[in-house]
Amino acid sequence: MSNAVSHQQHTTAIERIMAMPARHPIIFLFMAALLWLLVYTNLSDFSAMIVSGLPLDQEGHLADTLRFLIFEAPKVLMLLTAVVMVMGMINSWFTPERTRAMLAGKHEGVGNVMAASLGILTPFCSCSAVPLFIGFVQAGVPLGVTFSFLIAAPMVNEVALTLLFALVGWKVALLYLGLGLSIAISAGWVIGRLHMEAYLEDWVRDLETTTNVDVDAVSMTMSERLQSGFQSVKDIVGRVWIYVVVGVAIGAGIHAYVPEDLMAGLMGKDASWWSVPTAILMGVPMYSNAAGIIPIVEALLDKGAALGTVLAFMMSVIALSFPEMVILRKVLKLRLIAVFAGIVASGILLVGIVFNLIL
Amino acid sequence: MKNVKVLGTGCANCKTTVDLIRKVAEEKGVNIELEKIEDIQEIIKYGVMSTPGVVLDGKVVHAGGVPSRNSISQWL
Repeated sequence: MSNAVSHQQHTTAIERIMAMPARHPIIFLFMAALLWLLVYTNLSDFSAMIVSGLPLDQEGHLADTLRFLIFEAPKVLMLLTAVVMVMGMINSWFTPERTRAMLAGKHEGVGNVMAASLGILTPFCSCSAVPLFIGFVQAGVPLGVTFSFLIAAPMVNEVALTLLFALVGWKVALLYLGLGLSIAISAGWVIGRLHMEAYLEDWVRDLETTTNVDVDAVSMTMSERLQSGFQSVKDIVGRVWIYVVVGVAIGAGIHAYVPEDLMAGLMGKDASWWSVPTAILMGVPMYSNAAGIIPIVEALLDKGAALGTVLAFMMSVIALSFPEMVILRKVLKLRLIAVFAGIVASGILLVGIVFNLIL
Repeated sequence: MKNVKVLGTGCANCKTTVDLIRKVAEEKGVNIELEKIEDIQEIIKYGVMSTPGVVLDGKVVHAGGVPSRNSISQWL
């Protein structure tokens, strides 16, 4: 794209548009937002139009399923693209290095709250969990505060919140945000109270503390932030779109074909006491991300599953993943991993049971 | 000859980074020594927190994500 800028005399219309994000980032954003709104608000009519043109029983299950799929999948993907784009730009202010500098030397309590909140804003990929963990501990961030960050970062993120908002509604999205943060804050606080520093792997404990936490002083221009937004869209939407489509398809299948009584009996409000723990246990070996699980969550809710049980299931799938624990084993002794998993699972259990009781 | 190390525990982005650097080097006809460092203790020594990271002649020049074609081109 920057090439187009240097050969101004040869610019064609396409090159000029391609160069737009680099030269006029604000105008580009504004126009992209307008175009996005136009398409987004007309999606429903568009999908109804396509399905009405197909030679099938317009009142039947299949037509319903198709209408849902053609409308829902693009809607979710568009919303996701927009949010990931904006978050990608916001993320460029919150690099892990800067987050670490903000957390270093913070005490428990305030530190846990800050760490969990920063977990939402700091870009995080589970393959970076280990270097990040060590980087935090090395800079003198207390163990419990580090855990608050590690729990919040994958669980409460823009992808999960956007999908909940789009498919289930803003109330549940807000609830998830609040509960996810509470679990991260309190679980981190408890781990801190337990003083489990002895259960770090020896080589991690023996690392010297770095005193000079250097924050990269490079300031980015608006067009560079825009580029980092594009990059996140490429990374994140490129990775999760298939989960969204498959999830929406499974969700559509549940909508159309799973009988309501069955689901209400298994996961409903009046199901037995073991439905929440079972939902959590089922979630641990499942390795999916928010993108794949939320369309299914929406369908389960619609079929009469209780909100607490479903939320517990979802949190367990995202926050308690077996592969991540295997990665963490490189820096934590088994006992600390067990404590970590146990505390997070109890938090989720509590959330699930309390919700089923009061709602 | 420049020595380039890619730090990463083996995620997809780290592989992409290695491939991209090799490709840019070939295109420019620059001879480089390219290494991939997967050992976590080694990675920590460079103070990198978000992988993939890139080390050029012993100095960290990039961390957290696949570097852009332009920056790779400048390093070489």
